[in-house]
Amino acid sequence: MTLTFEDFQPGHFGSFGPRLITRDEIIAYAKEYDPQPMHLDEEAARASMLKGLAGSGWHMCSLMMRMIYDGFLHKTASLGSPGVTEMKWLMPFRPDDELTLDVEVLEARASQSRPMMGLVTFRCSTRNAKGQTVSDMTVPIMIGRRATAEQV
Amino acid sequence: MPFLDDMKVGLRRELGTFTFTAENIKTFAREFDPQPFHLDEEAGRNSIFGGLAASGWHVASVCMKLIVAEGVRARQAAEARGEEFGTGGPSPGFRDLRWLKPVLAGDTLTYSSEVVSSRATASRPGWGIVESKNVAVNQRGEEVYSFLGIVFLPQRSGGN
Repeated sequence: MTLTFEDFQPGHFGSFGPRLITRDEIIAYAKEYDPQPMHLDEEAARASMLKGLAGSGWHMCSLMMRMIYDGFLHKTASLGSPGVTEMKWLMPFRPDDELTLDVEVLEARASQSRPMMGLVTFRCSTRNAKGQTVSDMTVPIMIGRRATAEQV
Repeated sequence: MPFLDDMKVGLRRELGTFTFTAENIKTFAREFDPQPFHLDEEAGRNSIFGGLAASGWHVASVCMKLIVAEGVRARQAAEARGEEFGTGGPSPGFRDLRWLKPVLAGDTLTYSSEVVSSRATASRPGWGIVESKNVAVNQRGEEVYSFLGIVFLPQRSGGN
């Protein structure tokens, strides 16, 4: 069943994962998009302020996108997102971390101008196996309403 | 990254260009954002984007790629002049990221960065915090992407 705007009410929505992060994927993303030494090389990373190999913050964003997709967006009438209100990179993430995504609905607002959709604002955060919050993102997503989604 | 002292409000840096192709759009989407409008031309045409559209996180990741490359060029230029070049600390995050228009297969984006605030930090002597507005414009001159990035940079004087 497809989740529509009506299925998102303010409050805790769900927790998804854990997702194991590998050294190879941290380095592969960094090589392509963020080739700074602390994301690529163990020795350089130890000498940096991150004190060890850590993933790019933009890799974290992309991983959160994938966890949001796997968690619920794949079965949601998603119409995309206008942007991200705020992203906080609170802690480094490292090879072999197991990350859990926590999703909370902050607000669900029907669109006045586009009656077939509503805007749902989510707070998505990741935590590692030690329970430390690693990242925290506030992101609105456009989601189709039930009557519209059923016609498709 | 240069020193805090170099990052005056209004300083603008050209970051470079990147062309999004059906192939690189789908490669990114398969790994990070496999929504149908990022993977399939037909699904893209039938979506509100009107064509195969790049994931917003692909557009953002490419911006980081160009920021890093510009930093490397600036460091090499400074070192060639015999000047020191500051190394920044980890970024605490960003604000107000906007995907203003779809980025479709075949679009070429030009990215730039402009300093919007720059100040010393009381809590970390010798350091400061710089906010930059990073923007991408497509081949028709339309702004398609922007965000306010935040970085910590050392002061050239060491804060003395």
